[in-house]
Amino acid sequence: MEPSLASYLALSGILFTIGATGVIFKRNAIGMFMCIELMLNAVNLTFVAFSRYYGDVTGQLFVFMVMSVAAAEAAVGLGIIIAFFRNRLSIDVDDASLMKN
Amino acid sequence: MVYLVAVVIAFQMVLMIVAYTVLAERKVLGWIQGRIGPNRVGPWGLLQPFADLLKFIFKEDLVPDKSTKFVYFLAPLVALTCALMPMVVYPFGPTITTINWNFLPWGLGEGITQLPLTIARIDVGVLYVLGITSVGVYGIALAGWSSNSKYSLMGGLRSSAQMISYELAMGASVLGVVMLAGSLDLTQIINAQINSPFRWFIIPQIIGFIVFLIAAFAETNRVPFDLPEAETELVAGFHTEYSALKFALFFMAEYVNMFTVSVMCTVLFLGGWYVPGLEPLARFLGLGEWIHHGTIVYAIISHVAFIGKICLFLFFYIWVRGTLPRFRFDQLMNFGWKFLLPLALLNVILTIVVVYFLNR
Amino acid sequence: MASTVLFYLFAGLAIASGISMVYHKNPLYSAISLIGVFVALSCIYVSLAAPFIAAVQILIYAGAIMVLVVFVIMLLNLDEDKPLNRLRYLYFVGGGLGLILLVQTFFVFYAVMRAPNHPADQTKMVGRTLDLGSAMYSQYLLPVEIVGVLLLMAIIGAVILVRRLSQPQLELVIEHELEQEHRKR
Repeated sequence: MEPSLASYLALSGILFTIGATGVIFKRNAIGMFMCIELMLNAVNLTFVAFSRYYGDVTGQLFVFMVMSVAAAEAAVGLGIIIAFFRNRLSIDVDDASLMKN
Repeated sequence: MVYLVAVVIAFQMVLMIVAYTVLAERKVLGWIQGRIGPNRVGPWGLLQPFADLLKFIFKEDLVPDKSTKFVYFLAPLVALTCALMPMVVYPFGPTITTINWNFLPWGLGEGITQLPLTIARIDVGVLYVLGITSVGVYGIALAGWSSNSKYSLMGGLRSSAQMISYELAMGASVLGVVMLAGSLDLTQIINAQINSPFRWFIIPQIIGFIVFLIAAFAETNRVPFDLPEAETELVAGFHTEYSALKFALFFMAEYVNMFTVSVMCTVLFLGGWYVPGLEPLARFLGLGEWIHHGTIVYAIISHVAFIGKICLFLFFYIWVRGTLPRFRFDQLMNFGWKFLLPLALLNVILTIVVVYFLNR
Repeated sequence: MASTVLFYLFAGLAIASGISMVYHKNPLYSAISLIGVFVALSCIYVSLAAPFIAAVQILIYAGAIMVLVVFVIMLLNLDEDKPLNRLRYLYFVGGGLGLILLVQTFFVFYAVMRAPNHPADQTKMVGRTLDLGSAMYSQYLLPVEIVGVLLLMAIIGAVILVRRLSQPQLELVIEHELEQEHRKR
């Protein structure tokens, strides 16, 4: 079966699903961050597929914006993780419950 | 099918050049230091690379006990693969158009009107090469970490930090050339150099050339930036715990990286295979029919010139190794971030201003 | 024919690497699997006639963001993930969410397959650097400028977040490391 638009969207949906379940299953903050990156990539694939099948460059341009935002988010997110680690020496997100109760 | 043959030929050529670069380094370093390099194996030591290969194959293969086995085996593969992958975009010579290819057996020659001497002409060739060298950092970082030894980890982290710092300066220095050429395609950059009044982009982009050369030394972990693998400092840095064939893969990866960067320097700044004045000279000598863009003689001469320019850069690498002392790590990082990157950005701004006013 | 084989190959690689990333408890193996996903996706972008996005994906995601993640994993010397003992209900929540999303994916697939066939226009190239660049600086100039400011904000934020450890924090770290060494003996 020749890959049509539906195949690319299905692949993107499956990758998004894997990322979403990963965010829930993972315990450490870096694992969660990586699953979020996987979800962003799945969405990028959707954009590029639509850009190809409608002949519009907007999709690819938006992918570029998403990549830049992901890079910025990586820098700041990893900075937060390092600062968090310095104070409690583990990045298990269940330990980040100072505001509970 | 044709691509497979082309890849095999190019791969063979790259490996031969790399093997003889190793020999050339030992001999030239020897001459600089007042001694003769290896000369026992074959005349002038010309069969030394094969002797080295046999030695690496037969050495004992030690694997550290507490290392992470999967990553330990993966790291040299990543390093060598990422060093060899840019080979497919190199423009080895001009397109050959004047031969009738029907003399090839099995009907291979029908329908071919021109033979480009590039394996793959990618629209974003420069980005492809820069991206693959970025991924090559993983080979070193993972090697340093998975060996489970202090020297390896320190060497690996320092080496990776150095490589990612100087990647920026390298990318920024390439921007000037890309702006003058108007494309990221390596073949198109060479065509732009042929059509420009300066012939080689080294003349308008001299600052970019110097920045690229210095960043290239740091990218390939060569002197004067080789603190992470200097023998007196960290035993052997990230490849301390590697022996025999895996070490040979790292060794080869370093020299193939040198080759990659030399090719990029040649294509971007020295016009690749273009020899200015070859066509007018041929026309003057009356050989205009045999030597013009598209003939096989022109292609051979251009290809030999291309290899000659690459060998010039490889010799420059070896010459610098024999001459300069090495940087301390904090001096190295200072230099990369606070001097080289601003200089590269200054070059970009100057190029933008000049191109804008020339196009008004 | 070749495009079909290649699509299924790279799609399979992407999905396998994705599942491997979620499965492994060691964060470094997850990171390596994620790099595999990025490379597979980059190959799919090439087959979708988007060479610039493919090259930028390798350059930024696999070559910069993941290097940062791998550096942080190595510097912080992270242990493996601990199993979810107190929070077993999370397995069901995750499973339920995954199931719902998969059902939605198959619904979208079915709907798009039944929709009027829209084959890709093979002659119109919108993925080249020239097309993307001219769109970026003519029609979409404002988003590009905003992204520039965003990146500047990210740089400043990251630099402020990781300034040097103060003396009491240093003592805490050293104490913890000594305790871990002692426990391992």
